[in-house]
Parts: sequence; C-alpha cells; structure tokens
Amino acid sequence: MSDVTQLSGQMARTGFSLPKLGRFRGLVNGALGIGLLLVLWWIGGWIVETSDDLFAFADFAPVPTLSRLWEMLMDGEVVAMSGPSLMRVGLGLFYAIVIGVPVGIMIGRMKRLNEVANVPFQFLRMISPLSWMPIAVMAFATWDGAIIFLIGMAAVWPILFSTAGGVRRIDPAWLKVARNLGANPLHMLFSVILPAIAVDVLSGIRLALGVAWVVLVPAEYLGVTSGLGYAINDARDTLEYDRLAATVVVIGVIGFALDALAGQLIRKFNWVRSDWH
Amino acid sequence: MAVTRMKDQTPSQPSEGQVQEPAHPRVLIGAHVAVKGLSHSYRKADGHVLEDMDFEIHQGEVVALLGRSGCGKSTLLHMLAGLTHPSEGQVVINGNVVEHPSPKWVMMFQAPSLYPWMTVAQNAGLGLKFTRRGYEIAKRVPEVLDLVDLGAFANRNAQELSGGQQQRVALARSLAPRPEMLLLDEPFSALDAFTRRSLQQDVRKIAKDLGLTLVIVTHDVGEAVRMADRVLVLKANPGRIAEDTQIALTEEERGGGTDAFAREHARLMGIYAEVAEMGNAPTENDFTRLSE
Ligand SMILES: Nc1ncnc2c1ncn2[C@@H]1O[C@H](COP(=O)(O)OP(=O)(O)O)[C@@H](O)[C@H]1O
Ligand SMILES: [Mg+2]
Repeated sequence: MSDVTQLSGQMARTGFSLPKLGRFRGLVNGALGIGLLLVLWWIGGWIVETSDDLFAFADFAPVPTLSRLWEMLMDGEVVAMSGPSLMRVGLGLFYAIVIGVPVGIMIGRMKRLNEVANVPFQFLRMISPLSWMPIAVMAFATWDGAIIFLIGMAAVWPILFSTAGGVRRIDPAWLKVARNLGANPLHMLFSVILPAIAVDVLSGIRLALGVAWVVLVPAEYLGVTSGLGYAINDARDTLEYDRLAATVVVIGVIGFALDALAGQLIRKFNWVRSDWH
Repeated sequence: MAVTRMKDQTPSQPSEGQVQEPAHPRVLIGAHVAVKGLSHSYRKADGHVLEDMDFEIHQGEVVALLGRSGCGKSTLLHMLAGLTHPSEGQVVINGNVVEHPSPKWVMMFQAPSLYPWMTVAQNAGLGLKFTRRGYEIAKRVPEVLDLVDLGAFANRNAQELSGGQQQRVALARSLAPRPEMLLLDEPFSALDAFTRRSLQQDVRKIAKDLGLTLVIVTHDVGEAVRMADRVLVLKANPGRIAEDTQIALTEEERGGGTDAFAREHARLMGIYAEVAEMGNAPTENDFTRLSE
C-alpha cells in the first residue's frame, strides 16, 4: 500500500508539471484564459475571412473589432450606449431588491406564509422573463418602463429565495438572546436579521445581476433607441459588424466587472471565518 | 475625543475621607422570584411537562435546578425569563407577574450565541443599545469585559475566541445592563473540565459580589455543589420538585478536595439517584452521567 503511494508520488514528481506561480497564480491563469479566448476568436475570424460564403463577416475578427472598440471608447460611444443600459439594470435591480428582500424575510420568518407562497412563486419563477414582454409593453406607457419591469421580473426571484433561505438559517438562539436583551422589532431587524443574512442577500443580488444583464440585451431590442441591445440591433441593420462585435465585447466586460464588484461586496460583508463551527 | 481619552487615563486621586465608589457597585436588590401553582404542557395530548410547581428564590440566592435531561429544567428556566408562558400558574418577580422577557433577568445557554459579525465589545454592549442606554456603552462595556478577564479582547472578532472565552463574553453581555438575576441553562457543559471549573467559580463569585440572584440549570451534581446555596432536585414525567436542599459549604470548601465537599457531593448524589428512579427507570445514559 505505502509502496504504491510512494511510487505514484515519485511519478508525479518526475512527470510534467506546471511551474509554481505562487501568489500570481490567479492573475497568470486569468491572463492565460483570456489569451486562449483571443486565439479561438482569431482562428474563427481567420476561417470567416478565408471562406467564400462568410467573407462579408470578416469584421467580426479580433483586429477590426478591437480597433473599432478603441475608436468607440475614444469618441464616447461606449459610455453613451452603456449609460442607459446600466440605468435600466440598476432600476430593475432596485425594484427587485425593494420587493424581494422584505418578501423574502417574511416568507423566511413565517412558515405558513411560506407554505402558501411556495407554489405560486415557483410557478412564476419558471416563466422566462421575456415571455412577459407583450404584457409589459401593453401595461407600461414607456418602453423604458417595460424593460425595467422585465429586468425586475427576472431579478426578483434569486433575491427573494436567497433572502428567505438566509432567514431560515438564522440561529434561533440569536433571536432569543436579542429578545431577552430587550430588542424591539426594529432592533431585531437591523441588529440581528439583516446582518445575519447580508451575505445571502448579496449572493442573491449577484445571481440576479447576472440574470438581469442577460435579459437586458433582448429586452432592449424592444422600441428603445438607446442602450447596448439597441446598439447591437442597429449595428446589424447598418452592417457594421466590427461595431456589433465591439458592443458584444463591451457587454461581456461590463457584465464581468459587475459580477466581480458583487463578489467583492460579498467578501466584505461575509462574517463567516473559516474556523467558525 | 483625544481630550476625553486623556482625562480617562489620568489616575483618579481620591481625596482623604472620601469613599471611592467601587467599579461594580452591588445590585442592592437581586431579584426575588415566586413561582405559584405553575404547570405546563407543550401539547394538551402530551400531558404536563411541569406540574404544581410552588417555590421561592430569595434575593441574591444561588439556586441550582438539578435533574435528568428531559425533566423540564429548560422549560422552567424559559418561564422564569419570560420567554415562555406557563399553561397554568404564574412567575412573580419582585412582586410583578412576568409577562415578557426583560434585560433585568437574562438567560444564558450552552452555546454562547455571540453575534459573529460583531466585535467582542459590540456583543457585550448590545443589551445597553437595545434598552436605549447607548450612552453607557463606552464606560460600562470595558467594566464588564474586565470583570470576565477579557479587557484585552474588546476589539477582537468573537469568532477568534476559545469556547470558554466566548462564554465569558456572553456573561459580560448579560451583565452589562445590570440585571437583577442571571438564568443559566447548562452554560458550561460544552467546555473542558478545567475551563468549566474556573467559570463555575467566577460566575458564583461575580453573582455574590454584585448581589445577583443566580439560577443555574444542570445535570451535573458537582456543578450544583460547587455553585449553589440551595438545590432543587427535579423528578421527571411530570416535572416536579422532589427535594429542596441547602448546600452548607464555605467558599473555600466549594473549591473541592475537602471532606466537607465530598460529604455534600455524596449526599446530593444520593438524593439525585433516588429522585432519578422516581420517574421512569434510569437509562444507561443516566448511570454514566451519575458517575461523572
Ligand atoms: N418547544 C417544545 N415543544 C414541545 N415539547 C418540548 C419543547 N421543549 C421541550 N419539550 C419537551 O418537554 C420536556 C422537557 O424538556 P426540557 O425543558 O428541555 O428538559 P431539560 O432541560 O430538563 O432537559 C421534554 O420531554 C421535551 O421533549
Ligand atoms: Mg435543557
């Protein structure tokens, strides 16, 4: 038995292994990933360019795309098209939080309410947010209103369920101790419940942000004349494929940045130490 | 800010003849408890968990509720704290029927249940914050942390402390609002023997120094002998007080190792074993517990 482990250990040592990267490991591996993606993209572009059928789409390749992206950054187009989109996602997320957190706390605290709400919520959750589109268009006076509604519809569920789950995991002794020490319901909420579930709420928001950002682009294919989804549609109509691809890159980068930001927030509010039992 | 801190650090010089107020003035009136005709059942069908309880706890007295697990000790303590309502009868503290929990009588549990997102000092000051005495926190929290020997840990996160230290923080948290009574539900049973001994001693000393009434639930005969002035031995199914006995030991004798301690321990063990048989036949578990 020990012979075998020793042998395999030796084999591992003499075999191929990546160099040790120490504390730069994350950074180096991240760069490696991006590099691989660029290579794949470049190969794709090269295939498109050399193909007789696809020749017209050659501007999707990295070089035309990135040079167009640089231009768009310089002349302010990136900011101009991202601003309205961020605004819509921000508002949709805001309403999702304002509704999802209190409702989540209530169904987490009240067993009966949870039992009643469970079926309708699971039912509503499974409906693709985009299928609300026709209803949203009829119900809201403005396109912006309809889009914000769609984003809110997509974002509310992760926040609501994550909040409720966090509330259910609160140590009952924390509530009992607080009650004994004279906490009123507001103390209970702000000193015990909200700090206890902060990480759950933020994880819900992080998930919601991902869903909202994905729903945003198709939602912006609707009537509006601003935003990233509109920019994609517009670039397609005007056959500016480098602009289209550059917009896709912008969408990816902003989405990545927002998610990283949410991850940072979660790390900041996470009170769990690794050795907490 | 800097000015007040400097002032605090200036050693106070008592003028001649003037009596210095002690840092922890005695609570002159520890709570007086009267339990009157108390019975309780969680579900009607299950019958009484506690039945016909009538007893008094005097001001500043240390009383142990001793009994096998499941005999209703925790239930009784929750009722003394106002965290549970009895189905019948009343708990009267200082002449008032207990209806709600109050920071005047604070319960402590086996788990310290500190809030892990707060520092030690924030945990300790919580009762003052909740009772709108936030202005006292700056002065009172260091006091109670010193009292439990954790002055140096004020700004640490509660999670960095050992189990015994965490239980000390929980004690400081309970003491900060100057309660009249502490209700301890097997608070040391998760700790190692050494830590447990020192906390048993310290808690009794603190209660006696402050004049607090102390009620401690335990199934550990040694703990009852070390800590209590008086022991109420509970029998199970339904829970009733089977024996009410005084522990006549001096503070030194409570440290253990003396004949007097051994005699009291053996006497209480005898009562406990006898009472344990009054309910259902003791389980194997009870015998191992008896030999602790
Ligand atoms: N919340 C509750 N609901 C129903 N039954 C309970 C509850 N708490 C305790 N009991 C029952 O009451 C009895 C006494 O429990 P408890 O007071 O915790 O005893 P002890 O603290 O002496 O171990 C046990 O039989 C237990 O199962
Ligand atoms: Mg118990």
